[in-house]
Amino acid sequence: MLLIHCPYCEETLPEAEFAYAGEAHIARPADPMALSDEEWRDFLFIRSNPRGTHFERWRHLHGCGRFFNAVRDTVTDKFQMTYKAGLPRPDLSAMKEAAE
Amino acid sequence: MTTHDREFRAAGVTVGELAPRLRFSLRLRPDNLPQARLALGLDLPEKIGGLVTAGQRRALCLGPDEWMLDCAEGDRPALPAGLPHALVEVTDREVTWRISGPRAAELLSIGIARDLAALSPGKGCRTAFGSVQAVLLREGEDSFTLSVWRSFASHVAGLLAIGQRELACGL
Repeated sequence: MLLIHCPYCEETLPEAEFAYAGEAHIARPADPMALSDEEWRDFLFIRSNPRGTHFERWRHLHGCGRFFNAVRDTVTDKFQMTYKAGLPRPDLSAMKEAAE
Repeated sequence: MTTHDREFRAAGVTVGELAPRLRFSLRLRPDNLPQARLALGLDLPEKIGGLVTAGQRRALCLGPDEWMLDCAEGDRPALPAGLPHALVEVTDREVTWRISGPRAAELLSIGIARDLAALSPGKGCRTAFGSVQAVLLREGEDSFTLSVWRSFASHVAGLLAIGQRELACGL
């Protein structure tokens, strides 16, 4: 079972308490009426689906109930970090350098 | 049920349903905490999992803006109308069991994936028991209370009974 660090509870807890909630940092268009059909389709359905580092949303459903963001490697399934919702996308190269 | 009781005591853990207590769900912005603390006479904990008791009132912090209040019969906490909040009575929503005995944590571990050793006495959390959302409180080293929503109660009671039988058999 995966262990996930909840940035609100500040604890590392089993995956069974969490729910996956799709890719992170996808902002709803401010004016949907101004979008073409293709742009609207891209917003709704087109996701990056990377092999490697993925920014994604999780919700601590059976816990504090909060949505937060996580950085997970889709190859190794390892969580690199989690951070509170609303924070900007973390700079991964700076993180790697700090770790080395 | 007497035979069951005897069997369960042999398992090193007893499970008993508690009489319902007056329970409220409080949602409040953390900025408004000082005012709410004053009005309730309770030092509402800010840290998730924190438990605070003042007289007959008890508050458990479940989320950054959510608390569970347990009160004595007839005690109705109220907050000033000018303070944005939601305080809802949920007494009938949940069934609560007390699970105590030297093997209480072992029994709970059949349904809870969380590390119970990390939950120190006097703390609580919302978690999942057998995939059902539950609020767990560690009242003492060997004593817990588990609350689940009423509609899931028979499922959870069944799991607890199976677990007790397993412990009694030495499985």
